[in-house]
Amino acid sequence: MTDILERARTKVLDGGEGLSYDEVVEVLQLPDDQIPELLQLAHEVRMTHCGPEIEVEGIISLKTGGCPEDCHFCSQSGQFTSPVRSVWLDIPQLVKAAEETAATGATEFCIVAAVRGPDERLMSQVRDGIKAIQEAVDINVAASLGMLSQEQVDDLKSMGVHRYNHNLEAAKSYFPNVVTTHSWEERWETCEMVRESGMELCCGGLVGMGETLEQRAELAVQLAELEPHEVPLNFLNPRPGTPFGDQPIMDSNDALRTIAAFRLAMPRTVLRYAGGRELTLGDLGTREGLLGGINAVIVGNYLTTLGRSADEDLALLTELKMPIKELAKTL
Amino acid sequence: MFCGHCGQALDAADHRICERRLLMEPPRFCAQCARRMKVQVHPRGWSAECVEHGVIGD
Repeated sequence: MTDILERARTKVLDGGEGLSYDEVVEVLQLPDDQIPELLQLAHEVRMTHCGPEIEVEGIISLKTGGCPEDCHFCSQSGQFTSPVRSVWLDIPQLVKAAEETAATGATEFCIVAAVRGPDERLMSQVRDGIKAIQEAVDINVAASLGMLSQEQVDDLKSMGVHRYNHNLEAAKSYFPNVVTTHSWEERWETCEMVRESGMELCCGGLVGMGETLEQRAELAVQLAELEPHEVPLNFLNPRPGTPFGDQPIMDSNDALRTIAAFRLAMPRTVLRYAGGRELTLGDLGTREGLLGGINAVIVGNYLTTLGRSADEDLALLTELKMPIKELAKTL
Repeated sequence: MFCGHCGQALDAADHRICERRLLMEPPRFCAQCARRMKVQVHPRGWSAECVEHGVIGD
């Protein structure tokens, strides 16, 4: 049996084929002293199959808090004693947020709501918001509104939603430890409807929630099977008052192995740094991840927490000679 | 005065961990009355509203 990195080089870099479950497990088990070699390979895979450009996105919470679901990592669930209060954003503030995002060079602006799925009030607010953004700002609009019906998928597409985010959150085998108010299969169904509609599918998850390495690998191959356009990779930021509030922060070397493993499982997918990277990886790790398979970032703040400043991230991309993908190339 | 992160009185406990966390998240409690605030995070900032003491932001 040859070394996993040697086999990955042949299969993924040369052949363009993603690693299998067993192979991803092997990558996640690599010792720390092989991490630089692993990241280098993942970077080569990204450069070969995706190119040097970085896709930049900003996100905004349209409806914060008061969610009926019990996602154990989330401070916006109404079932926990989190200090996050329910609040709605109005349309002028939404447009202002889109303008701030576009000013960073971002091509994607994602409107997010903490809900099980959208009701008519939310769909109406999203419709009005998208119209106002499209009249004022040159940016793709994405949305993340929970589980959808086919009719809602069609409505969002007709509103001009470019990409829809709905994460699997965790591997199928670990999901019942993370969410009990809906099923992993319900999430999968929404993802399939979105993909089949022609909207781009953004689907990822969180790591560092207490899952095993095998379950981390399981998530990677389940995402690969779903074939999303983009995979946002979140690292648990333990939020006060949530069931995962006392989880330890994920080890940074485990986080780097995960980034590279996801890249090797999905060589052509947009792999985005999402929440928690500041806490898990810090400045040095952020740089290593960008040189280890990541080819997209969320800049600025998240939904309820603050991120690195957009200016710092953009300066880092310039230093790494990673050009920001232009809007024309994303359409 | 109260801690924006945990809502406890500033002189009642050690808030050094809270202070570190407030570098990466907005305050959730009003510093004057400890009421939970309505907080909106924006791409480049945040605002927080206390029903009694008004709006603050970065």
